[in-house]
Amino acid sequence: MKRLLALVGVALLALVPWLPLGPARLYILHVLVLVLIWAFVGTAWALMGRFGLVSLGHGAFLGLGAYTTTLLWNFLGVSPWIGTPLAAGLAVLLALVLGYPCFRFRVVGHYFALVTLALGEVIRLLIIAERDWTGGSLGLTLKDAGAFNLAAIQFADKRIFYLVALAVWLVGLWVWWWVDRSMTRSALEAIGEDETAAASVGIPVTGFKLRITLLSAGLTAVGGVLYAQYVTYINPGTLAGIGVSLQIVFAVVLGGMYTLLGPTVGTALTIALAEYLRVAFGVRFLGMADTIYGLALVLIIIFLPAGLYGGLRELVLRRAAPPRAAT
Amino acid sequence: MLEVSSVTAGYGEFTALWDVNLVVNAGEAVAVVGPNGAGKTTLMRVISGLVRVRAGEVRLEGRSLGAEPAHGIVARGIAHVPEGRRIFPKLTVEENLKMGAFLPAARRRYAGTVARVYELFPVLAERRRQRAGTLSGGEQQMLAIGRALMSGPKLILLDEPSLGLAPVMVLRLFDLIRRVREEGYTILIVEQNVRQVLSLADRAYLLEVGRIRVEGRAADLADQDFVRQAYVGL
Repeated sequence: MKRLLALVGVALLALVPWLPLGPARLYILHVLVLVLIWAFVGTAWALMGRFGLVSLGHGAFLGLGAYTTTLLWNFLGVSPWIGTPLAAGLAVLLALVLGYPCFRFRVVGHYFALVTLALGEVIRLLIIAERDWTGGSLGLTLKDAGAFNLAAIQFADKRIFYLVALAVWLVGLWVWWWVDRSMTRSALEAIGEDETAAASVGIPVTGFKLRITLLSAGLTAVGGVLYAQYVTYINPGTLAGIGVSLQIVFAVVLGGMYTLLGPTVGTALTIALAEYLRVAFGVRFLGMADTIYGLALVLIIIFLPAGLYGGLRELVLRRAAPPRAAT
Repeated sequence: MLEVSSVTAGYGEFTALWDVNLVVNAGEAVAVVGPNGAGKTTLMRVISGLVRVRAGEVRLEGRSLGAEPAHGIVARGIAHVPEGRRIFPKLTVEENLKMGAFLPAARRRYAGTVARVYELFPVLAERRRQRAGTLSGGEQQMLAIGRALMSGPKLILLDEPSLGLAPVMVLRLFDLIRRVREEGYTILIVEQNVRQVLSLADRAYLLEVGRIRVEGRAADLADQDFVRQAYVGL
């Protein structure tokens, strides 16, 4: 039943570009593609975030991914089909260099968050510093390969990109689901609750934390590639550093990181809210959009700690089913 | 079964254990007593691989534990019940026990071991679906011990099991530890409740500022004047 429902949902989502969406069709499709890309990145972040491995530097992996494929394509003409695994590999390597010493020497909680925060900034500053080939803070435009080029993954038609983003997002959900029902989840939950206790029952703490971090980093890099291929323009501000890193975290926290669709709902809401406020206020109240956004976030963290989606889901389930002792 | 020979260990610049020698034979219950800060917990952490030895060696059944990581040591048959219980508060009692059988070998025997643990601690069976964080202190300690048994260990390290428990609960807990012993487990126990632990153990070591000061049969140790004055309060 559940499976059927999911299939119908996916089929409906796949049909969206062909619905009569009115004159704003292209704009709506554009927003939807962005939602799918960022939802995928958010899901990748939540893979580790839900276990208390809070990274405030996922922009590093995002930027690394986007710049790797773009530079390879622009300068060496390497197809993103080859560039993407390379980009993911580099992100995994970066995560390993960062994660191994952190986990080995018990850099946890706030300290881990601070280390990742620094990482995001380091990557952003590196991109700016290497301006000769990265374009510095002005950014970089992906070399045009025509209106439809499968080898370069460039499509002028937004519908195609929508389907690509949908597929990638589904892969992200599948990975999340796969982790959720594996032994890895119980192990990481135990580690998240108490590392010493987890080690005392024989859980290889460092290994598990490292693996989930590498997985999250690799997927995030793929998200960066997808963004670069879609927008065909990248700059260090939108793809690396503190700003984007926190944007990912906020969206996931908003939606809820403990549920499959939490990150997606959170991303959709933040993007919808930002777009709405941008259109509604325009340039009249500069900063108003951010204020409302910040206020909403504070309220949700206080009143719905499991996130908007997670919290509401809990409520509905409690209504529908007799109370259970445990979740 | 367990030999700790000339072990020196500590944290960073600080040395907590100096040249410690200790032996636990199969089937024995051995106690390590001593005041706060003597290095008792460090000794436990060295054996379970959470703290590395700086010099000396720990051997289990004649084979060095060497650079074995903590999870490897569990697999070799040493279960550590850490100080302060350290159960997983948000998981249910049963999930906690399941985590105790995390290693593949233990997972295969899960059904049998969990039945035995419930038999030993019936209160855990009653509360199997309850979140572990809602148990009383004594029950949490039982759960911590039960969880350690789940890995099917040869040797159990108990670190301050009576810590923070009401006196009545302490007595019940020591009765339970006696029963665990009778099941044939070898136990190494660290305690501040000297009187209780000496009545339970076969042999005991007195640890003071990182060094073994006295060792001997538990009954003899309990009779020594300075031990009685300093630790038993008689």
